[in-house]
Amino acid sequence: MEFFQHLLNALQFGSFYALIALGYTLVYGVLRLINFAHGDIFMVGAYIAYFVAVLLLGGEGMNGLGLSPGLTLAITVPATMILTSLVGVTLERTMYRPLRRKGADRLYVVITALMAGLILENGNLALLGASRKSFPELMEKVVWTFGGISVTNLKLVVVVAAIAVFVLLEFIVSKTKIGMAMRGISYDKFAIPLMGIPLDTIIVFTFILGSSMAGLAGILFAMSYPILEPYMGALIGWKAFIAAVVGGIGDIRGAIVGGFLLGFIEIGVVAVFPSTLRDLFAFSVLLGILWLKPTGLFGVAKTTKI
Amino acid sequence: MKKTTMKLLVAFLALALGAFALMGCGKDSDTIKIGFNLELTGDIPKVGEASKFAAEMLKEDINSKGGLEVGGKKYKVEFVYQDNEAKAESAVNAALKLITQDNVVAIIGPNSSKQAIPAGGACNDNQTPMVSPWSTNPDTTKDRPWVFRAAFLDPFQGPVAANFAAKQFGAKTSAVLFDIANDYSKGLAEIFKAEWEKKSGAGTVVAFESHGTKDQDFSAQLTKIVAANPDFIFVPDNYNQVALIVKQARDLGYKGPFMGSDAWGSAELMTLCGKECIGQFFSTHYAAAGAQGATKEFIDRYNAKYKYVPDDVAALTWDATRLVLQAIQEAGKVEKDIKAERKLVRDALANIKEFAGITGTMKFAGTGDPNKCAVVVQISPEGKFEFKESVCPQ
Repeated sequence: MEFFQHLLNALQFGSFYALIALGYTLVYGVLRLINFAHGDIFMVGAYIAYFVAVLLLGGEGMNGLGLSPGLTLAITVPATMILTSLVGVTLERTMYRPLRRKGADRLYVVITALMAGLILENGNLALLGASRKSFPELMEKVVWTFGGISVTNLKLVVVVAAIAVFVLLEFIVSKTKIGMAMRGISYDKFAIPLMGIPLDTIIVFTFILGSSMAGLAGILFAMSYPILEPYMGALIGWKAFIAAVVGGIGDIRGAIVGGFLLGFIEIGVVAVFPSTLRDLFAFSVLLGILWLKPTGLFGVAKTTKI
Repeated sequence: MKKTTMKLLVAFLALALGAFALMGCGKDSDTIKIGFNLELTGDIPKVGEASKFAAEMLKEDINSKGGLEVGGKKYKVEFVYQDNEAKAESAVNAALKLITQDNVVAIIGPNSSKQAIPAGGACNDNQTPMVSPWSTNPDTTKDRPWVFRAAFLDPFQGPVAANFAAKQFGAKTSAVLFDIANDYSKGLAEIFKAEWEKKSGAGTVVAFESHGTKDQDFSAQLTKIVAANPDFIFVPDNYNQVALIVKQARDLGYKGPFMGSDAWGSAELMTLCGKECIGQFFSTHYAAAGAQGATKEFIDRYNAKYKYVPDDVAALTWDATRLVLQAIQEAGKVEKDIKAERKLVRDALANIKEFAGITGTMKFAGTGDPNKCAVVVQISPEGKFEFKESVCPQ
């Protein structure tokens, strides 16, 4: 019984890793850029969700519109995804694109991404202060118990959302025209514009996709762990990045498999060993995987990597 | 173009150097400077804020009366606040900055043991008196003649929590979930475990699980704890983690009670935890609900000024700062030389045998650690921390 409970827990936490890893992998797949600001875009997503929800719901010192929690949730999800993707696009326009225009080496863009993440974190700290935000409850929590296993409706929603996002992205990338263009840019950034494909539009679209997934992860995370702080995205973003690399960065299946794998390993280690050893064991296992398959589970060897 | 950039850069560097040189100048002989090494940002910002608010209130009190009277002369007090980001390494830097650049007479804080233990080392090495308001881990003051505190110690708090829980819940078994990266949490968890097993026999702590400071998901640890079926869960964690732990335990079907420690007692606990924490108990330094005398006066003034009921840290900072001010007064004179002044203050601090604080009477017996009572409070449906019982050391 305890085993199934751990399994469920792992599915839930793995879903967050998977959702964030998808954002890393999309941007990397198209631009060969490791967008280190992605974990912080996830944090911004959670904060946007908070402000939208409080605005609609009222409370927390704001009057709000006094909508019902259900309706608030229905509006918050798309609004958060749209607003978060705007943040991602803004980063691309103001930080990455100017560098790309000047033909900067990929290394400088990655460093810029790291800086962008720190700016988001500390900007938030300066703007909103260090005190934490408590996310309002948007969904009536139901705890189902079957023979010793407890599961909340929220946990199921999180897992279903992660899988649905995966299916959607897989469809977009492999079956649509714009997906084909994305794969094309990944293959050859210089030849593709010659074919009449607008490079910048496709890149912006990639950032919209990746950031809106981070926004979705942000709102689901805020609902599951309702305490928001400016640094919440740093550690989870970093771990999701590792998950994406283990899965084979640049591959959508890799991100989802890597994310769930990290969730299972982390929870599994705690279930069997003293919880103190979690990160040590989890990352040793991942290191072992990379040792056997340096390009990740689904990765293909490339000559240029950053 | 290149040349101008270069020149600008040099000019900027020169300015920056100049700014450094200017720091520490402008010393006024009619003021007494006290440093505060606080958790203003980081994991527990509400703790630093409460400390700062209490200190500001005290400063206004003193300066509005013309200052602190030492040896027949009035000195204005100046408080210098440094942020230690709730990190051990930053706490040492903040302490050193206060000592070497701001030239403070004494330092109040850090509050949390995680910061207070390393900062205490820095203060002791640099012969500057330090008083931690909230730190309860024994190591903070151990073998450090320059370091004092205003709180009771964990070897006292652990048994208080264990005895109360055994009595209140009729508990035979317990489980512990603690933060492995936090000296306070880890130390208290171990003391509690030893005490409980001494009382109820070996193996009665049915689960002893840890987590990291930045963790948000505790489901794996809690699943193990719930499966072990304890009579209650002891959670010596900071208030922000408590909120997540209690909620997640309920999600996993745990219906029993929790017992907490003094790190729960922040004004922010209830805004983060909400209704899930109602009815739980924790051991702490003072109970705001139902306080009397000077304590009530402090609570009312603080509440009127900052619009919330002061938590332990605010009250303890008030006591710790007054302790230092009393020592400065009792020294009888203010030395021009900062090192000599620090020595005077330390000796005066060590000479204080009994101090009537708003968190109770503290008795010092030759060490930096006071002998004082602990209280156990219950969280009421209105989110108030209500007095349940008081336990004093024998």
